[in-house]
Amino acid sequence: MAIQFTDACIGCGACEAQCPFGAIEIKDGKARNNAACTACGACVDICPVGAILRVEEEKKVEINKEDYKNVWVYMEIAGGKLRNVGLELLGQGRKLADGLGEKLAAVLIGENAEALAKEAFAYGADIAYVVEGPEYQHYTTDAYTAACEDLIKTYKPSVMLFGATNDGRDLGPRIACRIGTGLTADCTGLGIDEATGFIAWTRPTFGGNIMATILCPDHRPQMGTVRPNVFKKPERVEGRTGELIKVPGKIRAAEIRTKFLQIIDACTGSCNLEEAQIVVSGGRGLGSQENLKLVENLAEAMGGMVGASRAIVDAGWIDALHQVGQTGKTVAPKIYVACGISGAIQHLAGMTSSDVIIAINKDPEAPIFKVADYGVVGDVLEVLPLLTEEFRKLRQERN
Amino acid sequence: MDIVVCIKQVPDTTEVKIDPKTNTLVRQGVPSIVNPFDKNAIEAGLRLKEKYGGKVTVVSMGPPQANDALKECLAMGADEAVLVSDRAFGGADTLATSYTLASTIRTLGHFDVILCGKQAIDGDTAQVGPEMAEHLGITQLTYVARIDIQGDKVQVYREHEEGYEVVEAKLPVLMSVVKSINVPRYPTVKGIMKAVHKDKIRVLSAKDMEVDMDRLGLKGSATQVRQIFTPPQRGQGILIRQDSARKSVDELMAKLTDAKIV
Repeated sequence: MAIQFTDACIGCGACEAQCPFGAIEIKDGKARNNAACTACGACVDICPVGAILRVEEEKKVEINKEDYKNVWVYMEIAGGKLRNVGLELLGQGRKLADGLGEKLAAVLIGENAEALAKEAFAYGADIAYVVEGPEYQHYTTDAYTAACEDLIKTYKPSVMLFGATNDGRDLGPRIACRIGTGLTADCTGLGIDEATGFIAWTRPTFGGNIMATILCPDHRPQMGTVRPNVFKKPERVEGRTGELIKVPGKIRAAEIRTKFLQIIDACTGSCNLEEAQIVVSGGRGLGSQENLKLVENLAEAMGGMVGASRAIVDAGWIDALHQVGQTGKTVAPKIYVACGISGAIQHLAGMTSSDVIIAINKDPEAPIFKVADYGVVGDVLEVLPLLTEEFRKLRQERN
Repeated sequence: MDIVVCIKQVPDTTEVKIDPKTNTLVRQGVPSIVNPFDKNAIEAGLRLKEKYGGKVTVVSMGPPQANDALKECLAMGADEAVLVSDRAFGGADTLATSYTLASTIRTLGHFDVILCGKQAIDGDTAQVGPEMAEHLGITQLTYVARIDIQGDKVQVYREHEEGYEVVEAKLPVLMSVVKSINVPRYPTVKGIMKAVHKDKIRVLSAKDMEVDMDRLGLKGSATQVRQIFTPPQRGQGILIRQDSARKSVDELMAKLTDAKIV
């Protein structure tokens, strides 16, 4: 699809103001789009004189889409266990597979991946493709891409989902590019487009200011990475089984161009925020790095993990691995407490799927209060110690 | 050491607002900037050059206005800048963009290191780096927070959910860097003069490179934007405004207990 500007244009500039990508210029009284145009179509609907048209472009694609069947979920393995995001995707993948009348398959790559296949079945997979061996002990782009490439070319899935973890976002684009297909990054919504039957991938873009729904019409598989915590983990069904397909890995150790050396811990407590039930985050309203202690204390009293706004990460108060937001982590705990965080849209993009949001801020006009279920207008430095004390009491009562 | 840094000119998305009446994006008055993560990539490139010698070439694909972004990179200290600009590149998704940039880098000749920011703040895909590495057939190291090069070996810290992963590879490599890797320098007066007075920006179009026209722009894109819309708002919650912190905390705890949240 391309956007065409016709001579009916009256040069009113409505489209220029509307374009999210700044891709429209008015020249000699007529609008035209430049190379920044993504053909999103926002201008088509706004044009008062119907001078902007969507036109189909002829494409040369040589694949038979009918050959591609089944919905696949890449199951990331960390510390010998399946990451939650993979299980969450089995739940959503199940819905897509049922909607398309296809099967759901889990892709397991790792040193001892076969042992985890029964978990994938318990969470809804009909098939588990397993590639295992010592070459897959640690994630490497080369080995894992080669394994996925081999599986995709042999078994031809119609859809493939990855968790949008750091490794998922390393692997996804490498495979998509090798296969020559489209990948939609960091999705927060997945559905089936009614008109076409294609997967409708919805994702925040533009710093979380707008949402875009993306299709992959002519290439297969349709691929996407999906943020952790967007979908709920499905019910585990004990004893549910499926078809196990073991595929020998073809890569030789010498072909793996990166070497894993070690993991260095840099987190305050833990920073696996994506899987936390409670997250207590601090922002610039704390005033100084020393006061971050108040946030850590509350997190400890509530049994949660410490998160951070971009501002305090940039200020060097805490490691970047704690950052929540569009360019940091996406969290969805049961309780999210924002302490002295104003709530820039980039921060909100990383935490609004939390079940309950509590915000403490001095400024009653702070945008964080627009998303908070419970907002306390007050000085974080006064409120936090009192709140910590309350949670400590609560904990003692329960023990 | 031949260092190529890929950058993107983006609207400053932290300045973008949503018009509450029309529910659309207000772009007016929003400045165009060098993508912040790309500035970290330039800084990383300049530091490698300072240590090992060589040349830093900055490459950007975009409309002619992206010249301004490239000038800023030159002012920071980059040696050369290349703008890849052609109507044929319009509407490119990450697959077509990475193909175009990889073709550009091939056209430029030898390189040891390609650097880019972990993602652009407008598209937020983090895909163009790895896809470029695939087109070029080289090793990729993503989310890099620290770089050490010894001879032809590079050791990096990669950001990971549980900490930093230390990984080693051989050059040439493509690295995408995170913000914590460094603090980008400001352009110097000398740098600005150089960038303004000397026409150092080379412009390449599709015909200047060996490319398959079917793999460029909208034609070469596998994905298609179906629609864009503004995100739904969360419902308004309860605001607690007592005259003392003590009373506010008591009210909050009472409400949380009532709602069985704690």
